[in-house]
Amino acid sequence: MSEELYAVLTFQAGYNTSIVLAGVIALGIGGGVIGVFSFLRKRALISDAISHATLPGIAIAFLIGIALGGTGRNLALLMAGAATTGVLGVLCVQWIRDYTRLPEDTAIGTVLSVFFGLGIVLLSHIQALEAAGQAGLNSFLLGSTAALTAGEAQLIGGASLLTILIALLLLKEFGAVAFDEGFAAAQGWRIARLDLAMIGLLLAIVAIGLKTVGLVLIIALVIIPPASARFWTEKLGRLVALSGLFGGLAGWTGGSLSALLPDMPAGAVIVLAAATIFAFSLMFAPRRGVIGWAVRRLKMRLRAASVRGLLAMADGYLPPDGLSYHVIRLRGYIDGDARITESGRRAAAEMRRQDRLWQTYRTRHPDAALAFNPLSGLRIEDVLSADIIAALEGPAR
Amino acid sequence: MTAADFLSIDLPAILVAVLSATSCGLLGNFLVLRRQALIGDAISHVALPGIVAGFLIAGTIATLPLMLGAMAAAVVAAGLIEIIRRAGRLESGAAMGVVFTTMFAIGIVLLEQTGAANAHIDAEHALYGNLESTLWLGVTGWDDALTWDALSQLPRQLITLAGVTIAIAATITAFYKELKVSTFDPGLAASLGLPVKTISTALIIVVALAAVAAFEAVGSILVIAMFICPAATARMLTDSLSRQLWLSVLVATIAGVGGYVLAAFGPQLWGDADSLSAAGMIAVVAGLLQTAAMIAAPRYGILSRAIRRRTGRLDLPA
Repeated sequence: MSEELYAVLTFQAGYNTSIVLAGVIALGIGGGVIGVFSFLRKRALISDAISHATLPGIAIAFLIGIALGGTGRNLALLMAGAATTGVLGVLCVQWIRDYTRLPEDTAIGTVLSVFFGLGIVLLSHIQALEAAGQAGLNSFLLGSTAALTAGEAQLIGGASLLTILIALLLLKEFGAVAFDEGFAAAQGWRIARLDLAMIGLLLAIVAIGLKTVGLVLIIALVIIPPASARFWTEKLGRLVALSGLFGGLAGWTGGSLSALLPDMPAGAVIVLAAATIFAFSLMFAPRRGVIGWAVRRLKMRLRAASVRGLLAMADGYLPPDGLSYHVIRLRGYIDGDARITESGRRAAAEMRRQDRLWQTYRTRHPDAALAFNPLSGLRIEDVLSADIIAALEGPAR
Repeated sequence: MTAADFLSIDLPAILVAVLSATSCGLLGNFLVLRRQALIGDAISHVALPGIVAGFLIAGTIATLPLMLGAMAAAVVAAGLIEIIRRAGRLESGAAMGVVFTTMFAIGIVLLEQTGAANAHIDAEHALYGNLESTLWLGVTGWDDALTWDALSQLPRQLITLAGVTIAIAATITAFYKELKVSTFDPGLAASLGLPVKTISTALIIVVALAAVAAFEAVGSILVIAMFICPAATARMLTDSLSRQLWLSVLVATIAGVGGYVLAAFGPQLWGDADSLSAAGMIAVVAGLLQTAAMIAAPRYGILSRAIRRRTGRLDLPA
C-alpha cells in the first residue's frame, strides 16, 4: 500500500495516472492562486453560485452534443456549456444585488438553488432519454479522476496554467482592488472591469475543475487554500504563492490517494487534504495561528503580572495576587520566607524608574508615545536615545 | 389518472412538497432579513455527514437517528463556523465555505467507505431528494381515504413534516415579537433585555430541524431554494413582516403544487411519457415567481421604479 502510494505520488504509476495527477495539481494551484482575490474581496461564496449555476449549462451542452450526432460527452463542449450558464448565474447575482432591494447573500442563494434546480430538471430529462449516456454527467456532481482520459487531463492542466498566467499578469491590479479600491480607482483602473476579470478567472477554474472535483465541492478549491495561506503571511505576493502551493499540495496528495483507493471520490479526498492543511495552519501558523496567539497572550499576562508585582514591591508591599507572586518568586526576587531579596529590591527600583520615565514620556509627548505598546515590556533605554531620557529625568520645560 | 393513483402517488408528494416548502419558507424570512441566507445552504450540505453518521451508529435508516445525526451535524457546523471566524479572524463567508465543504466531503467519504451507499442513502439522493417515491399505500379511492386504516398508512415523511411545520409556525407565533425586534434592531432588542444571542442560536437550531425534516424527502437543493426564494419574493412585495410571512407561505405553496404538477404532467403535454425531477422543478417555479416579483412588484419592482423615475416622481428608498 505505502509502496503503491509512493509510486503514485512520485509519478511512477503509469502514464495515465501521472498525467491525471499532473492535471489535478495544476488545477489545485490554479484554484489556490485565483481564489486569493475573491477571498480578499470578501466574496468567497460567489463561487458557490457560479459552480451550481454550471449544471444547466452542462446538461444543455450534452443535449446539443447529442443533437449534433455525438455522444454528448465531449469535455470541451461540456466546459463551454458550464461556463455559459456560470456567466449567466454571476450576472443574475449582480443584477439582483444592484437593482433590487435584496442583499448579495440572498442573490447568491437564489441563483445557486434555482439554476441547480433547472439543471436537475434537465438531467432527469436526459436520464429519461437514454439511461446509458447519462452516467458521464453524474460525475460532474461529485467528481471523479477515474473517468478522466489523458487528453482530458491535459486539457485541464493546460487551461489551469493559462488561468494562472493571466492571474499573475493582473496581480498588481487585483491586489490594489482587493486592498484599496480608492487607490485602484485613482490609478484610472476600471474596478468593475477588474472585478469582472476576476470573476471570469474564477469561472474558468470552476468550469475546468468540475469534472475532477465535482460542482458541489469545487468551491473548496478556491476558498480553503487562500484561507489557509492567510494565516502565514500579510504580503500579497507570498499569499498568492502560498495559496497556490497549498492548492497544489491538496491536489497532489488527494489526487494520489483517490487514484489508489477505488471507492474514494477524488473531489472529497482533495477537499479533505486541503482541509487538513487549513486545520494545521489555523493551529500552528506563528503569527495568526491559534497556538501562537495563545502563547503571546500568556506571555503578556506573565509580563503584566511581573510588572504589577515589582511595582507593588517598590512601594514596600508584597506582590498583590497569586499570579504575580509566583512569577516574582520564580525569578528569585522573593525568598521562601516571603522576604524581598536584594536582587528583588534592585529589580523593583528599576521597574519603578522605568514606569516613572514612561509615564513622564506619555504625559509630555503623548503623540510620540502612541507608537509604543505599554504592555510590551520594552525598556525605555532600548527605544529612546539617552538625551531624551535625560530630559525626562529633569523637570518639565 | 384514477382517484387511487392520485391519492397514493400524487397527493402525498404534493403535500410533502408543500409542507417542506412552507416550513423552510417561513424560517427563510428571518434568514433573508438577517443576511444569513447562506446558513440554509451550509446546513443542508452538512446534513449529509450527520445522516450517514446517524445511520452508521444506529444501523437503520429510521427517521429518528438520521434526524438526530443531521441536527447534531448542523449544530457542530454552526459552532465550527463561529470558532473559525473568531479564532482565525476570517470573514464569515469564507469560514462557512471552509466548514461546509469539508463536512460534505467527510460525508461523501463516509458514505463510500462504509457501505452506507448500499442502504438507500446516496449522495445524489441527498442532493435532489426523492419526492416521487413518497407513496401512500393502502388507499384505493376517495371513499376509504378517511378511514383509520388508510390514514394509519400515510407516509411517515408526511407525518414528520406536518409535525415540524406546525411546530415552526407555533414557535414563530409564540416568539413573534422577540424575533421581529432582534431581527430588525439587535441593539434595541439587547437594550430591552432580550437574549439576542440565544435567539439567533435557537433560530439556527430550528432552521436545522426544518432543513433535516425536508431534506430526506426533497433533497438539499430544494431546501436551499425554499429557505430563500419564497422569503425573497415576499420581501419584494411588502414592508410588513407579518404580511411577508403570509406571502412567503403562499409563494411556497404555489411553487410546491405548481412545480410538482409541471414536473409530473408537463412532459405529457408535448407527448413525453416520462416525468421530470419534481424537486428541481419546484425550485425553478420558485425562482420564476421571485423573478416576476423582482420585475413587477408594485412598489419595489424594477418596472415600477423605472416608471417612477421616468415620470419624475421620487424614488422611495429601497
